[in-house]
Amino acid sequence: MTRPPTTLHQDATHESALGHVTGHARYVDDLPHPPGLLHGVIVRSPVARGTLLGVDVEDAVRLPGVVRVLTASDVPGDNHVGPIVHDEPVLADGELWWNGQPVALVLGTTREAARRGAEAVSVRHEPLTPVLTMEEAERRDQWLITPHVIRRGDVDAALASAHLVIQGEVHTPGQDHFYLETHASLAVPGEAGTMDLASSTQHPTEIQRMVAHVLGIPDAAVTCRVPRMGGGFGGKESQATTPACLAALGAWLTQRPVKVWLERGEDMRITGKRHPFRGRYRAGFDAEGRLLGFDAEVVADGGATVDLTGPIVDRALFHLDNAYVLPACRLVGKAVRTNLPSNTAFRGFGGPQGVAVIEDAMERAAFQLGLDPVEIRRRNYYADTAGRDITPYGQQVRDVRIERMTETLLATSDLAAWRAEVAAFNATSAHTKRGIGFVPVKFGISFTNSLLNQAGALLLVYADGSVQLNHGGTEMGQGLHTKMIAVCAEVLGVRPSDVRVMATSTEKVPNTSATAASSGSDLNGQAVREACEAVKARMVPVACELLGAERVRFAGGRCVDADRPDHAVAFSKVASDCWVRQISLSSTGFYRTPGIAYDRPGGQGTPFFYYAYGAALAEVEVSAWTGEYRIRRADLLHDVGDSLVPSIDRGQVEGAFVQGVGWLTTEDVLYGPDGACVTRGPSTYKIPAVGDVPADLRVNLERSPQAGTIGGSKAVGEPPFLLGFSVVHALRAAVAAFGTREPELALPATPEAVLFAIDRQRA
Amino acid sequence: MAVSFTVDGQVVRVEGLHPTTTLLRWLRESGRVGTKEGCAEGDCGACTVVVAHDGRWRAVNSCLIPLPSLHGRAVLTVEGLARGDRAHPVQEAMVEALGSQCGYCTPGFVMTLFEGAHRTDLDQPWKLDDQLCGNLCRCTGYRPIRDALQQVAGTCPDDGLAAPATDEDALREDGEGGAWFAPTRVSEATAWLAEHPEARVIAGATDLGLDITQKHARFASLLSVDRLAELRGIEVAAGMATIGAATTLVELEDWSAEGLPVLHRMLRFFGARQIKHRATIGGNLCNASPIGDLAPVVLALGGAMELVSASGARTVSADDFFVAYRRTALQPGELLARVRLPIPPAATKLGAYKVSRRRELDISAVSAAFQVRVAEDAVTEARLAYGGMAATPIRARAAEALLVGRPWTEETVRAAADSLRESFQPLTDHRASAEYRHRVARNLLLGFFAETREQPFIALPDRPTATVQEVG
Repeated sequence: MTRPPTTLHQDATHESALGHVTGHARYVDDLPHPPGLLHGVIVRSPVARGTLLGVDVEDAVRLPGVVRVLTASDVPGDNHVGPIVHDEPVLADGELWWNGQPVALVLGTTREAARRGAEAVSVRHEPLTPVLTMEEAERRDQWLITPHVIRRGDVDAALASAHLVIQGEVHTPGQDHFYLETHASLAVPGEAGTMDLASSTQHPTEIQRMVAHVLGIPDAAVTCRVPRMGGGFGGKESQATTPACLAALGAWLTQRPVKVWLERGEDMRITGKRHPFRGRYRAGFDAEGRLLGFDAEVVADGGATVDLTGPIVDRALFHLDNAYVLPACRLVGKAVRTNLPSNTAFRGFGGPQGVAVIEDAMERAAFQLGLDPVEIRRRNYYADTAGRDITPYGQQVRDVRIERMTETLLATSDLAAWRAEVAAFNATSAHTKRGIGFVPVKFGISFTNSLLNQAGALLLVYADGSVQLNHGGTEMGQGLHTKMIAVCAEVLGVRPSDVRVMATSTEKVPNTSATAASSGSDLNGQAVREACEAVKARMVPVACELLGAERVRFAGGRCVDADRPDHAVAFSKVASDCWVRQISLSSTGFYRTPGIAYDRPGGQGTPFFYYAYGAALAEVEVSAWTGEYRIRRADLLHDVGDSLVPSIDRGQVEGAFVQGVGWLTTEDVLYGPDGACVTRGPSTYKIPAVGDVPADLRVNLERSPQAGTIGGSKAVGEPPFLLGFSVVHALRAAVAAFGTREPELALPATPEAVLFAIDRQRA
Repeated sequence: MAVSFTVDGQVVRVEGLHPTTTLLRWLRESGRVGTKEGCAEGDCGACTVVVAHDGRWRAVNSCLIPLPSLHGRAVLTVEGLARGDRAHPVQEAMVEALGSQCGYCTPGFVMTLFEGAHRTDLDQPWKLDDQLCGNLCRCTGYRPIRDALQQVAGTCPDDGLAAPATDEDALREDGEGGAWFAPTRVSEATAWLAEHPEARVIAGATDLGLDITQKHARFASLLSVDRLAELRGIEVAAGMATIGAATTLVELEDWSAEGLPVLHRMLRFFGARQIKHRATIGGNLCNASPIGDLAPVVLALGGAMELVSASGARTVSADDFFVAYRRTALQPGELLARVRLPIPPAATKLGAYKVSRRRELDISAVSAAFQVRVAEDAVTEARLAYGGMAATPIRARAAEALLVGRPWTEETVRAAADSLRESFQPLTDHRASAEYRHRVARNLLLGFFAETREQPFIALPDRPTATVQEVG
């Protein structure tokens, strides 16, 4: 029944689908408990800011089942971790920085015992006044990173000459990752001062490095394995480190296995979210709606520590142009430190927050100039023509697809007829109105820290012809393993069912980058191909000899004489003959993305290997009684290149779109006056449910090959997230239909925000 | 304490059990890790299993079920569907539709699909959504899962997994962790309550379960009413519906579709299938939350509560039942036995509304139910009840007074609606601001008026199947 990938560029089901639906797929918390397992429960800071005076553990250790309570002084190595700057204490030391910060770890023989122990630990502290808003942090000059500035031309002159200058301020909200599987790590002490971990992480190498750092041992003494994740979305890129380090610390000190698994409420209180951003801009347009100048500053709320805030602000800056040429611009990115959980990577990684700013300008300009919102955008698109193909940071944009894709979307959606239907409805409906919104997307692909664009693979062919494939990427549901099987099966010409992808492990592929930045299949796919080609090259002479052939093809589980297609020998026979002839059947593969580099101080360079494009139209219906709304229809067209596995990419496009809609509509991260996250479960934090999906969802893929990538494919994880803006633009259009003035709609556009916007419109 | 029940066809006996151990905890600790924990608050559905009840498998949240509730009953989990190497048709449908990405929510969806495959009444697109809305997925965007359900709904596959008959015997255990009594007769229940006035009454545990999983609460004694057949079912006679307090919301929904449509309307966006299989009308009312969605309907209909105790019975009108924030007129030793709802005459104007951030499986910002009767061009009776506007579910008496005796016109209704702002001092919390609640409370009454004038209020669009196309 399962359709594994047959060959590249064909539909396939997820390689683990049967395991998912039968419950046999194992996640970290499902692994069998090793003998002597202890459970670790985190004691959290009760205040957002304070001085830590001491941790009283006596009451806890007296409780039955409590084995030990760990605090910062128990750390043998360096207590400070972090993906870029080591500024985050594993356990609080001296100061308390956010409400929910780990202060101690209670180890118990059962989770219940450890939890009761944690309740009995007293965190002695002196509270200080926390900084909970971006504005207050700015007043206090609490800057988290060096500002990033990108300039082109004379923006002030451009604005002075403009027919229309729009001044705006855009607040984009935070977002909880709400992966269905919360953070989990299992640490098992090994022989002779070693530590083995299983972790739900997008970045096993970082876990390995940080655990070694905290324990004060070499990286080689630590292994980290990732069976699979129940969702990541960026939330397990840097922030799996704390639970993993805590589990490892407990295991190191007790020499017993330790599991740290977070309940949903703990996960949401301890971990950071998508960065809220505030963007302020001045945008100058000519009378035809062409952008002349764009002066924008974005400020991110980084929370308590640096984490990945720097590159997130960078990516926001790189996406302030979205798909539009900015003839003159000044783009500034900053971040502040607040006493909130440290915000972190989340699908889009600052890109959506940047795009939000210029899309606000486009929406307002279209309204104020009386232009069609689609048309004004098209007038500003990048194009493969001189003068329209250079980004503000100096990168040449090649193979620009956005105009072509917009034309396709307008045709397949029959936008003119669609708009007529909406107008007819609105003409006769007083209390509910409909609106159509449009958004184009251009998204840069590559880690903007260029050195991270490297990947490795390790292929093992056994003498019976079966194959184990290892690569540095992690599987979090995005179908990376399915694609890697397709690449491997294509090169070796074997059945996909003969290829087994192994759990990602630092003992198979070293020094990996996070599975992030949509880069998983781009980078690992090339490394897998190279490993497969290397082994295949050694098998070819043996196959030629067995067949008496000059040239052979590997296909269908056989090696075929290229000149006499009826002459063939089984792949397994060639493999066993290689073994007999003492020929290696294993190889690594390695890839680094060529030709990219960025000079951050100078604000110039080529940070991206290429761009992925998308375009979306959405229709909503809103109620003026309650502000409630429904998404009636959405038409998505997304650029996936010559997709490795189109069915997987469709799943990414649809899922990312819905997640983007959730960010902009019903999801609202809220903190109390004490800095504690109050939306800490699905009862209070509302990700989209089945009824929030468009009733009529039409998804198309743009599949022209991309030059220089694995199989001509394009990265797909993040870019379609931004298609969710079409729904916000549709809501604005529907709100606008209640009156004549320019709509003002706050984000997230909850029913409350929509009702208030309608009431302003009707006032 | 010790209980025995059937899991995936195998009889198990669990000894030394704490009464607040949930089914999910026990499943995972006994090695049945296919069933996942996503939230432990009944809001994500990752832990969904099915429990046999009245001859059918019912999807429920295993995270909220105290294990003693299952004594004598049968549970089927995601690990019990496949036959050897052959996946169940609903599992095959999920695979083929690419309904799983990360796979963590998938076991729960599979069990919701399993129930759906054996339901023959999923004949409307919105009913498919209703079946699925208790399960959250963060990866797929739901379209493929909805396709999978559409494919299997009502197919009643011959899977050899018929729901077995269950044993509804009483269970009485006094263990280290507290007492659990699940009697089969009301007289036993009231006698026990008289001896244990501190006991918490538990039905489906969809709210008490949160105290267990989120606040880690423990209880000295729990009285489970889920085996009291006398408290289940609905009788209609002489214009009065008498509803047993332990009647589940699914049973109420099935009956009210024709029996009392205004109630059905409220139940449409009330919890999820998994919750409604366990939650009861009595639980929702005795909980007395200001945002319990049945209370406004019961208030608007002029309902009454039949309370029983070891010393007798009494009836309290709904108006007198909700006395303070999460407090009712129930005295120690008393049990809510039945709810009486007068069925309004045909010409009565009735409305029920729930407004929340998310349409499905969300807690109300504001809910409301209205009953207005008009005779000879004047309103003769008006009952306007709100949730979310005060510490208790509450009637808007000042607004009612502005309607009675006046004509049912926009002018009158507007005056009544405008008066609501003076009557209520709602909270600002994470669900809504006080200002939003004020505006919605007013608008719901105006919208109700519009509806009685046959203007559409808010459309609930049908949901055509999504399509996936490719461009050349």
